[in-house]
Amino acid sequence: MSFDNAYESLLGHEDAHWAFGTGFSEALSGVNREFPAGVDRDDLAAYCLMLGDDALIFSQRLSEWCSRAPELEEDIALANIALDLLGQARMLLTRAGEVLGKSEDELAYLRDEREFRNVHLAEIDCGPGPGGDFGTTIARLLVFSTWRLALFSRLRGSADPVLAAVAEKGLKEIAYHRDHAAQWTVRLGDGTDESHRRMQAGLERVWPFVDELFATHAVEARLAGVAVDPASVRSEVDGVLDAVLSAAGLQRPADTKAARVAGMAGRDGVHTEAMGFLLAELQHLHRSLPGAVW
Amino acid sequence: MSTSWPLWEVFVRGKRGLNHVHVGSLHAPDAEMALRNARDVYTRRNEGVSIWVVPAASITASSPDEKDPFFAPSGDKVYRHPTFYSIPEDVPHL
Repeated sequence: MSFDNAYESLLGHEDAHWAFGTGFSEALSGVNREFPAGVDRDDLAAYCLMLGDDALIFSQRLSEWCSRAPELEEDIALANIALDLLGQARMLLTRAGEVLGKSEDELAYLRDEREFRNVHLAEIDCGPGPGGDFGTTIARLLVFSTWRLALFSRLRGSADPVLAAVAEKGLKEIAYHRDHAAQWTVRLGDGTDESHRRMQAGLERVWPFVDELFATHAVEARLAGVAVDPASVRSEVDGVLDAVLSAAGLQRPADTKAARVAGMAGRDGVHTEAMGFLLAELQHLHRSLPGAVW
Repeated sequence: MSTSWPLWEVFVRGKRGLNHVHVGSLHAPDAEMALRNARDVYTRRNEGVSIWVVPAASITASSPDEKDPFFAPSGDKVYRHPTFYSIPEDVPHL
């Protein structure tokens, strides 16, 4: 073993050096992909799109920080989180595609705005664009990952074996996302006057979009036993957020609600003005060069 | 801004039973964040099951100027090396 390069002992040819080996396999290999009996497949596909689009769109937003985060280390951390979410999106869109007869790429790149089912919290600009800053991004990550962690911990018991497996795998990832956001929330909230002001402003920015997270959609209501009713996780999420905000010395914003359009929001395909611009960037390559692959 | 955060040295253990190995350094505001940054920067490719972070300022290093007084005297002490034993072929990692 050479000691010229410290990494060599880690990156040697022996598989034994790697913490979990090098035999990578498909994320959900071995999972039963039969559809559970008595479940409406169109509803199942719609639900997979909801959870998948949340991850896909938020992943796109987080990716915008690439090369622009305050520190190189944070740049990589946000990109890691974005990649975790992209992985979840791929599994969920693939599951939806099994019902709809479409590939994950077709669903990600060739749907129009009204066909996306993500919540507004995932799509709004929280920085690095003019809609926010790093504090706003952390505020969104804290709310989003706390909410998704609560959903996924229950989704492990889903009657759909694929959803249960996606939740089981995603739980470990989201637990880290929430931890990362909570660590930063405490440091910014309990840091300087400027960091406290920005963190509080970030919470105020995202709070109007919190209520939508807990609104039960008709699809979720019909999928009892397969889907998680988001209304059922509200008290748990509130408890976690209150604990983090309290430790950070931050105020929980007043419960204002962003306006709906004729009672509809992201789960119905009705989006904010930011969504079209986001999709243009996400989809333009695939639409310019149809069928493009890596 | 990078200069305002202290430097940390990162040690990663690849697998139970192996030593922690120095893999690099990073900036972080405090120890907890250094641990998380190390997880994100140095274990992305499945490298580790355990991480140590140490403030770089806490490491006392030998000086290159003292290289000869420090290390040269052991260069000619051949009797300190176990070269007079034959090593059985079925003993790995000796």
